[in-house]
Amino acid sequence: MQLLRAVLLRLATTAVTLLGVAVIVFVVIRVVPGNPIAMMLPPGATEADVARLTAQYGLDKSLPEQFLIWAGGVLRGDFGLSITARQPVLDLVLGRLPATLELSVMALVIACLLGGFAALTGTRARGTGGEAAIDVANGMALSIPDFLWGLILVLLFGVLWPLFHISGRVTPSLELPFTTDFYLFESVLRLRFDLWANIVSHMFLPALALAIPLAAIIGQLLKQSLKETMHLDYVTLARTKGYGENHVILREALRNAILPTLTLVGVQFTFLIGGTVIIERLFSYEGLGNLAIDAVINRDLPLIQGIVILFAVIFTAVNLCVDLLYAVLNPRLRHG
Amino acid sequence: MSFLRVNGLSARLKGAGHPILRGVSLSVAAGEVRGLVGESGAGKSMIGKAVLGILPKAVEVSGGEILLGGVDLLRLPPKERRARIGATCALIPQDPLTALNPSRRIAPQITDRLVDILGWDRGRALARAEELLAEVHIPDPARVLRAYPHELSGGMRQRILIASAFAAEPKLIVADEPTTALDVTVQKQVLKLIAEMQARHGTALLFVTHDLGVVSKVCDSLTVLYGGLVVEDTDVRSFFAGPAHAYSRALLAATPKYTDPQASLTPVPDAVIRDVQAEVAAADRRARHG
Ligand SMILES: Nc1ncnc2c1ncn2[C@@H]1O[C@H](COP(=O)(O)OP(=O)(O)OP(=O)(O)O)[C@@H](O)[C@H]1O
Ligand SMILES: [Mg+2]
Repeated sequence: MQLLRAVLLRLATTAVTLLGVAVIVFVVIRVVPGNPIAMMLPPGATEADVARLTAQYGLDKSLPEQFLIWAGGVLRGDFGLSITARQPVLDLVLGRLPATLELSVMALVIACLLGGFAALTGTRARGTGGEAAIDVANGMALSIPDFLWGLILVLLFGVLWPLFHISGRVTPSLELPFTTDFYLFESVLRLRFDLWANIVSHMFLPALALAIPLAAIIGQLLKQSLKETMHLDYVTLARTKGYGENHVILREALRNAILPTLTLVGVQFTFLIGGTVIIERLFSYEGLGNLAIDAVINRDLPLIQGIVILFAVIFTAVNLCVDLLYAVLNPRLRHG
Repeated sequence: MSFLRVNGLSARLKGAGHPILRGVSLSVAAGEVRGLVGESGAGKSMIGKAVLGILPKAVEVSGGEILLGGVDLLRLPPKERRARIGATCALIPQDPLTALNPSRRIAPQITDRLVDILGWDRGRALARAEELLAEVHIPDPARVLRAYPHELSGGMRQRILIASAFAAEPKLIVADEPTTALDVTVQKQVLKLIAEMQARHGTALLFVTHDLGVVSKVCDSLTVLYGGLVVEDTDVRSFFAGPAHAYSRALLAATPKYTDPQASLTPVPDAVIRDVQAEVAAADRRARHG
């Protein structure tokens, strides 16, 4: 019950947050210079043409009026028309969202695997050269930002040893039988492992670039809390029962040590999703981030607004999931 | 034949080489309760940890043997040593609040050794756990088995740890100050419970304490330790009749009497401390030249 109340409270605050985000974005993108209408028209268009289009997109009204019209539409599920693509913003955004979600989740999975592995082996090797080596690797992974990792990976595994695709989401000449835009997911459901392999080969490098810094953070933090947990009495007691190091780390220490890491991973995962904007551009990956950059370049105001709101929704959803997971993993909160 | 026999066990800090145990010898037979007393830092806990294979990383054994049922643990490869300890020994820890894993229910924390190390099937282990909780006078064992540690009181948790220690019918139990972390009102009950369980199961018990009053109630024999050196090894009756060693006598004089808790206590005199420190130094010299 306590949990339900907490969730409802979170949903309420989320609504307020989203309203704030909407207002800020709405105002900011109208204050920065650059006229979307001027960019749409061919050279030599008349004043009358400009005025007609401006009125068509409602840009001649006052700012509060524009906001109310837009917000009213949003509440009805209408995010307006994209100025450049002349399609409903919602269709464009929802069409690209699956690509970005799949990329982010794959990056998160890679980060958890790499970081978890680093933390577990580092804990096993604590106090030895092995731990020091892991610390150095972690430090390097952290000191290089994701887009530079992207460039490095392109050079290494796209150019020097071309093991992976470095552009796009899937080879364009392939026939795609998909009904949704969740290509990776659907390829598994349809047992089309040929397509799956092709999609993974496209996603792997951008996902890895996003994952490396997060993996380092997970590795460091989880190793630290595992090492602290290994000194606790219940771990020692388990040793006297005849259990070895691996068992003790995995069954006694990990579950308690993972809680502080989990909260941080939630925050970092939202940063990772933010990172997709540049990484998708770098790998010409047709996701939301790539769409966002196009929208900004073209001053496509309705599209920018739609994308920002969607990102804000995703971020709050991630945070909510983390909090719920935390409550589930921590028995003291579940009953408290 | 004593189940546990420690012969000339020495341990030191790694690196600095500072001695922590100086050729300790003691033995505990089936059904025997041996008290291990001495002031704080004397090395009481280190002996128990050495026996159970849980010495801190900074401490290493530098000599001697730990015979468990005639087999020297220190000569076994780590895996066999762990298995042997797990199958024949158990620990009753000091602090019940930190000795149970907060994110696991009680049941698996009692049954895990039975299932994983001794190969029991889960149902039998669970039935055994329930039986044990009843034996340590826990009401509604089935409910407690499903509970998480934070839902139970400290005294309750210590009972669970005691039950868990006896679960696999160990030959030897090490109890490291099992009542010091408890409420005074609960201490007596828990002490009585340990003595009762030990007598019923006929376990050898190594009882670490700095409380001679406790020793007089639960122990058959005792080892007095100073600076990692055994200064006296005797049975309880002769100890309380009159200890052989001056340090033991001083220790006894420094302990409140149950018959007269208000009687003035004599702290251990400086001269006695000087003498026993000289003995420690002499032992170190012998160790270096022998
Ligand atoms: N983790 C550790 N690393 C290094 N030295 C330690 C460690 N724990 C204890 N020691 C040292 O080992 C010696 C013996 O400690 P031990 O814990 O056995 O004392 P004790 O007799 O149990 O005392 P107490 O009554 O306070 O529990 C002490 O000098 C202590 O400083
Ligand atoms: Mg101690």
